[in-house]
Amino acid sequence: MTALNDSFPTTAIDIAWNVRNNVVRATEVVERHLAQIERREGDIHAFNLVLADEARARAAEIDDAVAVGRDAGPLAGVPIALKDNMCTRGIPTTCSSRILDGWRPPYDATVVTKLREAGAIVIGKTNLDEFAMGSSTENSAFGPTRNPHDTTRVPGGSSGGSAAAVAAGFAALSLGSDTGGSIRQPAALCGVVGVKPTYGAVSRYGLIAFASSLDQIGPFSTTVADASLLLESISGHDPLDSTSIRQGPLDITRQLDFGVAGLRVGRITDLPEGASPDVVERLEQAFDALREAGAEIVDVEVPAFTYGLTAYYLIAPAEASSNLARYDGVRFGNRVEAPDTNAMYTATRTDGFGAEVKRRIMLGTYALSAGYYDAYYGRALKVRHRIADDFARAYERADVLLTPASPTVAFHLGDKTSDPMSMYLCDTYTIPSNLTGEPAMSVPFGTGDDGLPVGVQVLAPALQEAMMFRTAAVLEQRVPR
Amino acid sequence: MVVSDRITPEAVAKVAKLARLSLSDDELQHATHQLSDMLDHFADIDALDLDGVTPMTHPTPIANVMREDIEMDCLDRDEVLAAAPAAEDGRFRVPPIIGLDD
Repeated sequence: MTALNDSFPTTAIDIAWNVRNNVVRATEVVERHLAQIERREGDIHAFNLVLADEARARAAEIDDAVAVGRDAGPLAGVPIALKDNMCTRGIPTTCSSRILDGWRPPYDATVVTKLREAGAIVIGKTNLDEFAMGSSTENSAFGPTRNPHDTTRVPGGSSGGSAAAVAAGFAALSLGSDTGGSIRQPAALCGVVGVKPTYGAVSRYGLIAFASSLDQIGPFSTTVADASLLLESISGHDPLDSTSIRQGPLDITRQLDFGVAGLRVGRITDLPEGASPDVVERLEQAFDALREAGAEIVDVEVPAFTYGLTAYYLIAPAEASSNLARYDGVRFGNRVEAPDTNAMYTATRTDGFGAEVKRRIMLGTYALSAGYYDAYYGRALKVRHRIADDFARAYERADVLLTPASPTVAFHLGDKTSDPMSMYLCDTYTIPSNLTGEPAMSVPFGTGDDGLPVGVQVLAPALQEAMMFRTAAVLEQRVPR
Repeated sequence: MVVSDRITPEAVAKVAKLARLSLSDDELQHATHQLSDMLDHFADIDALDLDGVTPMTHPTPIANVMREDIEMDCLDRDEVLAAAPAAEDGRFRVPPIIGLDD
């Protein structure tokens, strides 16, 4: 998709190598990406905010550092777009919600600090479904993002802006957040790589919470190697996140070209139906490609997989209803004035939240309310345990699993907006990994109906990112033409 | 839309009040239909035998996390208050708490 032509570096690895070795200047890298944004952003609307001045200033700092022989970092000069639910100090962070429009956070998310230390350049804040609730980026208070491959179609969601930004060549890398598939589904629909790491591998400090036991930050990129580099740069223990795993950064890149010889790749025989034939065909070709590369394909069962959707749509709204209680017009964001505090809370929330956010808050409040807690939230938590047990059994027979990332290629804007349940079904194949906390990623694997991108999902046990990336790297090399 | 009666408009109104959301009559009817449809779909887990299964609230075992008792920087008060809708004398300013609500 990228229009950065000639021999100028486009991948993060190439850009960083060239900048670090003083072959190209970070300022030129930034100007080329800003020019691409200028050309196509009007049609795509990937960004809530483009940080042109800040990016130029940061690029000049990096060029100065290189000029005096300082190490400019593993991501030196690489433009990166951030989903607009990650806090950036003094820079507006909206969650694509009117309730936070204009709010400037008093601190940076840990990932933002780590990116700065690695030499990356934040080029903008990307559009999302409001508070990351949605699968099409149509639930944004600031209007939808469009798919760079076909602007009559959605980019997926909720990290649709981040996926579109990389697919359109606006940034070499981006970060999204994934609560039920919000990185992997848009990655599949936009034809880029998207990764949900193991829960706790990347700090959530400064990621505005949707469902705290499910949320995880992860990378988008055009290549598997770029995603690996970015994930290594943002992972590792953070004392500011009490759920952060107590270990160092993930170690992936070193093993990226180890191949899949002898690896056991699982096919889930009782996977929920609903994937369209073009997607199923690519999945079969992915199994074939891995078999040809030396992997052993094994059948596994995950009987509770099919109940993931229900468990998720009770647990995630329950957590959201609690997390979003903080938007009451007192400490941050917008307020609608009223004579007393209770009236002010209600007026502020009624005016500030969009329809989908209200729907999920109400569903979650209901699932947690007296008399229904055991029947809904309590049972959903038990189903979650059942799903985790089923995956643990499957991983006794297989090292990684393969499924579709999205049931279909990108759909048209407006296709699913009137029926929430049809939108929720987009997450069928991605949800279980959030419930279990295990890593999963979508890797582009050819095209489907109407020539649109198809993504294959690779799933792995907790902290087995290296094995997952090895599998994805083989698929990347064997993409059907 | 298939109309289900898994949840009543009265129950939805109560939930909205708990969540500090105000719904018009039309919105209440619409929300009732949508929530009923969702609960219909979510009834697929009703048939599961979950006796003896422990609820799983979190992907990893959670324990209290303590840190060394040393002085650390915290957020700048003025910067925090500058991001609030209203502040006065170093505090968040809100309308009266008692008196006018039902």
